[in-house]
Amino acid sequence: MEEKNIHDDLAAIRSLMERSSKFISLSGLSGILAGAYALIGAAVAYYFLYFDLPDELNPYAITRSTVVKGLFYGGDDGQLALFLLLIAVIVFIASVVTGIFLTIRKARRKNQAVWGRISRSLLFYMAVPLVSGGILIVILLLRGHYGIIAPASLIFYGLSLVSASNFTFTLVKYLGLCEIALGLIAACLPGYGLLFWAIGFGVLHIIYGSMMYLRYDR
Amino acid sequence: MKVPFEKLDKAFENRLRLQIMSVLMVNDRYDFNSLKDLLETTDGNLASHLKGLEKEEYIVVHKAFLGRKPNTTYEATEKGKEAFRQHLDALEKLIKQQKVN
Repeated sequence: MEEKNIHDDLAAIRSLMERSSKFISLSGLSGILAGAYALIGAAVAYYFLYFDLPDELNPYAITRSTVVKGLFYGGDDGQLALFLLLIAVIVFIASVVTGIFLTIRKARRKNQAVWGRISRSLLFYMAVPLVSGGILIVILLLRGHYGIIAPASLIFYGLSLVSASNFTFTLVKYLGLCEIALGLIAACLPGYGLLFWAIGFGVLHIIYGSMMYLRYDR
Repeated sequence: MKVPFEKLDKAFENRLRLQIMSVLMVNDRYDFNSLKDLLETTDGNLASHLKGLEKEEYIVVHKAFLGRKPNTTYEATEKGKEAFRQHLDALEKLIKQQKVN
C-alpha cells in the first residue's frame, strides 16, 4: 500500500463521515439575505409604529399609539398586531424561498442530495419546535396576548435551530442559543419587541451568514 | 524500517468496505438505497461488499418492509466499530512511520 493510497483512504473516510451524517449544503449567503429581509421588514414596521402616515396611505388608520398599545403592551387592538404579523410572514416566506434556492445551488456544487435522509431529519427536528411554537403563539394571539409574539418566536426559533444542529454545522447551534437568550431577554423587556426581532432575525442572521459564507461557501 | 502492514484489517482492504464502515460509524442505521446513492456504486457491488462485512460480523442487517417495498437497513456491530478504529490507528501509524523515513 502506497502512502498516496492511505491518504486517499483517510480523505474518503473523513468526507463520508461528514457527508453521510451532516447536511453541509446550507448556504451562508441565504443567511445574510434573510437577515437583510428581516431588517427591511423591521424598518417598515418601525415606520408604521412611530410615524403616523397620511390617511390615504393608511387605510386601517394605524397610528403609533394604537399599535404600541396593541402589540407591545398587550392591549386588545388585534388588527394592528395582525398587520405586523403580515410583515413577519412575508419576511419569513421570502427568507425560506431564498434559502431553498441557494441551498439547492450549493448542494449541486457539493454533490450532495438536497432531498435525502439527512435533510429530512434536519427538517423534522427543526419543524417540531417551530410548529409547536407557532401554534402556541397563534393560540395566545387569539386570546389577546400580543406581547408574546417577539419573545416566543425568538425562543422557539432558537430551539428549532439547536435541535436541527445535530445534522449540520455547529455554527447553527450557537445561532440557536443566541436566539433563545435574546428571546428570554425580550420577555423581560416588554415594549422592545421590535428591536429584539430586528436583532434576532436581522443582525444575528447577517453575522451567522457572513461567518458561514467566509468559512464554507467559497 | 518495517511497516506493520499486518495490523491493517484485511476486511477493509477494499475501499468500498472502508467507506461503508465510515458511514455506519456516524449513523445508527443506514438503508441500502441511501448508501448506494452516497457511495455512487452499483447494486451488485454494494450488496457483495455488504455481505462480506456481514460475514465478518462487522455489520448486522435489518430487513423490514415499508408498505410493500423492502427496506433493508444496516448497522455496525461493536466488533465492527472496534475493528474500524484499529484499522484507522494502523493507518495513522503507517503515515507517521513514512514521515520519519
